[in-house]
Amino acid sequence: MSLPALNKYVEAFIETLLMVGSSAVIAISVGLSLAIILTVTAKSNLYPKPRLHRALSVTVNVFRAVPFIIMLVALLPVTRLLVGTTLGTWAAVVPLSVNLIPFYARIAQVSLNEVDPNLIEAARAMGCRRWHIVRHVLLPEAWPGIVGGMTVSIIAMINASAMAGAVGAGGLGDLAIRYGYERYETQVMFEVIVILIALVSIIQVVGEKLSQRLDHRHA
Amino acid sequence: MPEPGIDQAHLVFAGVVKQYRLQTGTVHALRDVSFTVGHGEIFGIIGRSGAGKSTLLRTINALEKTDAGSVLINGIDVGSLDEDALVKLRRRIGMIFQHFNLLSSKTVRDNVGLPLRVAGVAPHRIRERVDSLLDLVGLRDKADVYPAKLSGGQKQRVGIARALVHEPGILLCDEATSALDPESTQSILALLRDISRKMGLTVVLITHDMAVIREICDRVLVLDQGQVVEKGEVWRVFGDPQAAPTLALLRPLLHGLPADLAAQLVDDLQGKPGYALLSLRFNGVTHAQGVNLQFLALLGPQATLIHGGIDRIRGHGQGNLLVSLPLAAWQNVKDQGVFSHRHGADFIEVLGYVPTRVE
Repeated sequence: MSLPALNKYVEAFIETLLMVGSSAVIAISVGLSLAIILTVTAKSNLYPKPRLHRALSVTVNVFRAVPFIIMLVALLPVTRLLVGTTLGTWAAVVPLSVNLIPFYARIAQVSLNEVDPNLIEAARAMGCRRWHIVRHVLLPEAWPGIVGGMTVSIIAMINASAMAGAVGAGGLGDLAIRYGYERYETQVMFEVIVILIALVSIIQVVGEKLSQRLDHRHA
Repeated sequence: MPEPGIDQAHLVFAGVVKQYRLQTGTVHALRDVSFTVGHGEIFGIIGRSGAGKSTLLRTINALEKTDAGSVLINGIDVGSLDEDALVKLRRRIGMIFQHFNLLSSKTVRDNVGLPLRVAGVAPHRIRERVDSLLDLVGLRDKADVYPAKLSGGQKQRVGIARALVHEPGILLCDEATSALDPESTQSILALLRDISRKMGLTVVLITHDMAVIREICDRVLVLDQGQVVEKGEVWRVFGDPQAAPTLALLRPLLHGLPADLAAQLVDDLQGKPGYALLSLRFNGVTHAQGVNLQFLALLGPQATLIHGGIDRIRGHGQGNLLVSLPLAAWQNVKDQGVFSHRHGADFIEVLGYVPTRVE
């Protein structure tokens, strides 16, 4: 493999990392905030706001229902507004984030909902204010699940980033499609897939280890 | 310790009512509950599951709001407090739970220190206070482990340390020993008795186990279907229970008629040889010091003690003894007329007769 040829892999790899990395930061922070709001506004929770809860829940479902490839196109005006262009790696960050926010929010919400309500009662009894409960009980107790959900989401995002090639975002998936599918250079496609498998495996293993280390629920 | 008047009491419950509205109808969790708890008293609330004890306990720190009536702590109506005042109040009331409710994500030290941390206490002062409490409950060496690594009894000790970290005046115990084995139960009860005395703590505990009440409480209240059916000093309630729910709860501790004897019992021997079965009850009032053996000797050398026991509760000996006596000997004792409640037992009852088995 010649050096310029290797360059194309390195370049694609960096593009994927940039795209997925920055989308993940955005999607996870917004998604987690959304999950917290969804959890605490539910009926008989810390800040019961049934109407807000229902509105948010419906919105999340709507965004989750739209296929990514359609969202990619539908979000073009928003992307142009936010990034200034609809082409390139940074332009792909907008639809990737928007696609992942509701997905991650639901995963994190499940973990937050699983926190034992008796712990919340104990926290109230010891004189915690509501935001103390979010900060010291809900989040830390749900944390292993929240981190586990990040692993799942980042891997799903690597997958989706291949489609972002459609807006000229570059990245590994795009490389595989352009060479393997459009130019019939199947070898390039296979090599890219091997890199993706390695990348996904590393993220999965690191994610699991991290989640285990954070989990003190078992002896 | 008699029931304190409203002026001297630490806690006053006045006509407390709580209802839950469900789709199937209204559930009356508490109906007009009134009683007082004195300073430094260990007060037990007992009842079957669903009797309303848990709800009643939670009205003290306003985890449950009352629908009518009031709960006063040192004369202050808990129901009148706003969110800020409630947070302050709850820091003056410790609470421990059946399932401990420790945070799995925090070490023992951080669990115990959390109430101080949310109250904005400086870290070095939190550390000092937590260390001294871990010494008190005997878990200093476990400060940096996570709760999952502790036994049930140790977890409850952490729970107690956490409940006491703000130096509260009241400790609420919600079935605190129900999830523990007998040995841990004893050690936790001993710890509770010890700290309540040392700190002058008023303890309100709920349980469905009369043995817990007997072990540490000064006074007891029996709750049934949201109503107070009996209350008073523990030894009085144990010695002479009045309400049916109290009797039902006490049954495992009372020495009733064993099943094998109950099966053989007849009202009349019809001339066949046999034994009379006597039940002697001591209620702790007239013969508080215990059962005099001279009194039992009045039954003669053939009398046999077959079942029973005497418990000393707050200095009052009480219990139930089952005695069997050959019919002829019993007739003799009756004829002499010396064996009566004036001399010994508070209640003497002939339960029936057991025929001698023909071998």
